[in-house]
Formats: sequence, C-alpha cells, structure tokens
Amino acid sequence: MFTALLIEQLLNGLQLGVMLFLMAAGLTLIFGVMGLINLAHGSLYMIGAFACATVAAATGSFWLGLIASLAAAAGVGALIEVAVIRRLYDRDHLDQVLATFALILILSEGARWVFGSFPLYLDIPPQLQGAVPLPGGGQYQLYRLAIIAVGIAVAAGLYLLISKTRLGMRIRAGESDREMIAALGVDISTLYTVVFALGAALAGFAGALVGALQSVQVGMGEPVLILAFVVIVIGGIGSIKGALVGAMIVGVVDTMGRFLLPSLLALTMPAAQATTIGAALASMLIYVVMALILAFRPSGLFAAQS
Amino acid sequence: MTRETTINLLLALLLLAMPLAAAGLGEPFYVTLATRVVVLALAATGLNLALGLGGLISFGHAAFFGLGGYVAGILATHAFNAEPLVAGIPGTTSMPIIWLTAVVIAGLVALPIGIISLRTTGIYFIMITLAFAQMIYYFAISWPAYGGEDGLSIYVRNAFPGINTTQPLPYFLACFTVLMATLLLFRLVEGSRFGSALQAARQNGTRLAAVGIAPFNIWLVAFVLSAMITGFAGALYADLNRFVGPSMFSWHMSGELIVLIILGGKGRLFGPVAGAMIFVCLEYVLGGITERWQFFLGLILLGIVLFARGGLLGLLSGKPRHA
Repeated sequence: MFTALLIEQLLNGLQLGVMLFLMAAGLTLIFGVMGLINLAHGSLYMIGAFACATVAAATGSFWLGLIASLAAAAGVGALIEVAVIRRLYDRDHLDQVLATFALILILSEGARWVFGSFPLYLDIPPQLQGAVPLPGGGQYQLYRLAIIAVGIAVAAGLYLLISKTRLGMRIRAGESDREMIAALGVDISTLYTVVFALGAALAGFAGALVGALQSVQVGMGEPVLILAFVVIVIGGIGSIKGALVGAMIVGVVDTMGRFLLPSLLALTMPAAQATTIGAALASMLIYVVMALILAFRPSGLFAAQS
Repeated sequence: MTRETTINLLLALLLLAMPLAAAGLGEPFYVTLATRVVVLALAATGLNLALGLGGLISFGHAAFFGLGGYVAGILATHAFNAEPLVAGIPGTTSMPIIWLTAVVIAGLVALPIGIISLRTTGIYFIMITLAFAQMIYYFAISWPAYGGEDGLSIYVRNAFPGINTTQPLPYFLACFTVLMATLLLFRLVEGSRFGSALQAARQNGTRLAAVGIAPFNIWLVAFVLSAMITGFAGALYADLNRFVGPSMFSWHMSGELIVLIILGGKGRLFGPVAGAMIFVCLEYVLGGITERWQFFLGLILLGIVLFARGGLLGLLSGKPRHA
C-alpha cells in the first residue's frame, strides 16, 4: 500500500512540475530575450483558465475551450506587450516589477468585473475521465497522466522550436545580442511581441489544464506565479533546460515534502504534533531549497547569461 | 532652503494638521486613517534606506513588517492570558518593551537573510528576498499556536507610560513622533560616511571596492537597519488594527511597500511619506466611489511608472536626485 501511495505522490509531484514548467518556460524566455520581469504572468494563466471554462460551458466542448484559452492568453499577451510592456524593456527591474504589479491589479479586478466573484467550474473531458491502475495496487487519475504527457510533449516541442527553427534561431540570437540581430535586419519589436505572446499562450494553456482540477477563480495565478519564479531562479534565469529541471525539483520536493515530512517526524514525536510541524515545515520546504541553491550557486543551476 | 525641503515641511505639517483638525471636529475615523499613513510611511522609510539609498530591491520586507506585528501580538496575548512565553518570561503590554523586542527580532532575522541574499544580485536578489518572506508567510499560516490563518487579535491596545493609547489622537501623536525621529535618523545616516558609502555602493559596487570599502558589509548593515525600522512599523501597525494576521507577511505587502516608495519618490527623505499619503487617499477615495478601486489603482500606478518617473516629489521639486 505504501509503494502505491508513494508512486501516486511522485506522479502528483511530476504533474505539478509539468504545470510549473509551462509557466516557467514563458517567464524564462521573456526574461532571457527581453530582460523583463513579468509579474503579470500569473494573470495570463488566470485568463487562460477563464477562457477555457467560459467557452467549454457555452459549447460543451473542453477541446474548444482549450483552443480558446491559447487564443485568449496569446491575444491578451500581445495586447499588453504592445500597450505597456514594450515601454519597459529599457527600464530597470524596479520599474518592471511595479508596472507589472499594476497590471496584476488591473487584470484581476477586470476579471472579477467580467466574470464575477464566484468561481467557475470546468469538467474533465469525457475521453480522459476514469483512472488507471498503478503497480502496487493503487489507481491514478487518467487526466493527470494526460497532463504529464502533454507537458513532456510541450517541453520537447519547445526544444525543437528553439534549437531547430528559424524563429528559435532568432530567439537565441536575441538572447545573446539584440543590437546585432536588429542590425542584421530582424524586426526586433515583432520578435519581442511573438515571444511574449508565446509565453502568454503557454501560461494560458497551463491555466486551462489546471482549471479542470481546481476551481477557476480570480487570484488563482498568484501562488503559481511565485512558484514559477522559484523555478526559474533555481534553474537559472533565461535557461529553458534550467526551467525544466527547476520545475521538476520544485514539483517533486513540494509534493513529497507534504507527504513524507509528517510521517518522518512522527518517528520522533507524538503524531498530532508531528502533523502540524510537518505541515508547517513542508509548506516552507521549496523556499528553503531555493535559498540553499542560491546560497551556493547565486545565479541558479544552469545560468544562461553572465 | 531648497524647494524639496519646503515641500517636506509642508507635508509634515499637513500630516500633523489633518488629524488634529479631524479630532477637533469629532471625526476619529480620519485620525485612524492618518495613523495608517504614518505607520505605512514608517515601514516604507525602512525599505527606502535599503532600496532608495543602497539600491537593494528587497521584495521581502513584508517579512520584517509581519515579524514586528507578531511580536506585538504574541507578547500582548501572553500578557492577556497571563501565560509565560518561554522559560518563565512573561508577556507584556508595554509598548516600549514591545517596540524594542520587535526591532531586535527584525534585526536578528534580517542578519542571516541578508548574509545569504546579498550573495546574489539583480533579479536573483529580488526573488531570494521574496522567497524568505514566503517561507515566513507559509510558516505563519500553518503554525497553529498563534492563530494560523486566522491571525491574532489584540483585545486592548498596548500601553505607553503617560499616554492614553486607546484614544486615536494620542496614539497618532506617538506614531507621528516615531516617524519624525526615524526620518531624522534617515537624514543622519544619509549624510554620514556610512551613507556616502551606501550610495556609492548603489552607483557602482566595484568602484567602491576599489577604494577599499567592501560593498557587502555596507549593504548588510543597511539591510539590517532597514529591516529593524520596518519591524518597528509592524509593531505599530498591529496596535493600530489591534490585529495581526499572516497577510502582513504576504508578497502583496512587500509590493505595496515598494509602491509607496515609487509613488513618493525613490531615495528621497519624504518619498515614503508622500507615497503613503497618496496611497491611503487613493485607497479611501477610490474605495468610496467604486468597489473596483483596485482596477483604477492599477491604472494610476501604471501611469505613474510609465510617465511620472521620480514620483510625486520628483514631479514637485524638479531635478532628479539620481541622475
């Protein structure tokens, strides 16, 4: 029974890691190419979830909702890039933090205005309902397995996009020397809009996928945003590989910490006390891991830039 | 007297005169609102020392604000229930002792956080300070002994010898005095040899090192000092609301403190005061007009970041302090 539980928790950790990767990949691309800290990335996640829930409720199809979430997040992303973000590239980090903090206020309150304060619900598509047996006698939700698979596919797709295509070549060139590629005749501001919209679409996609597991509500993006920042900082900002490794570390450490710490502590103290202390420690665990990693490698595991 | 000094004096007088007038007209609510301005200004003044003078963008000062608040809440709760804290030390409702404890605890926690965080720079520094604040935030939420998610109530506002702190006006005056004393301290630090080194560290750490001063030590002292001031403000905030909760530790709080500084003018003596006045007024005025006030607050903030660099004081007193 314990092995089944362990495998289940490990898979939960992977699933969380995959979601975080979708968020973190966009964040780290945007930072790597444009040098921008985007606190509003969590709002794009929320927009994706709302778009999916609304379209799925109207048409009855989760898959149309998923497409809508990509379109809505990419569209809103491109819009705010052109209207606001573009003016922030040559500002310092402080101005970027502040302006995108303001965007969070606007987008969250705007979403509350449009959709109301009550959470929306999104059903798991019928094709992916049900569970799969696990070795050791447990069962695991098919939908969560599908999320893991989709996440891995997106990671592979991103890798191909960045390393094999012309767009990817331009993105890499933009990371290392933006003046030079502008001089070579690449329209840098269109490239920036495309990268931002791509990051936004990934965030919106993540939001839509998670929307079927949790309720869709205003503010849902913020805990994920902070975790995604932890991920890219651990991985080294600007590095997609770092984001992948960081996301897996954070996902698994967080899930396993919550699962194992209370039982480990129960070996040394009364059970009730162990549960409270274990839960308290587990919720801090990833931040402890992050502080440790940064203390020894101040620019993350796979620092992409000097 | 420069234009900025005149404006600073006017701001201080305005901040003092408003609650006095409100108390005279029998409107205690506005006195409490002014006290909120003063306490937030104090917290942001702490951050201004690290951020404005030293260029350290700490996105985790809510940690120290909350710690100060919880010191007040925990000491008062123990005194109220007549339970000793640890090893027979009793709780207390005496503000001077609470303030001193809050400042010392904030400083003691800031020291290791500073030592680890200052190994990083740029966005990594922003994020690691955020991580430490989040650590404490989640700890406060899941630790049930002091209220967990529900927070702690302080049933009777703590006492200061010779002052009736349960009345809004005397408590405002106490907080106002603390703020003015801290601003004086800020001015002294800014003008001191240490202050010059700190500003040099912001402009160019390598050059500072080249003249024989290690920027790390300068930054560390500034970070700890800044945390102590913000911790002090936390203790005052707890007594103002007679409540402390984990939201004092949240990253929104850290963001708000940065917002106050930018609104008023980064690195300027009265920047946080001007910022807190604008922020609380906006919150109150917009909150009165529409339920969606955060939407408009966001728009205004965005406008200020994009078009009014240097904040209110930058706008009013002309030439930028930081070229």
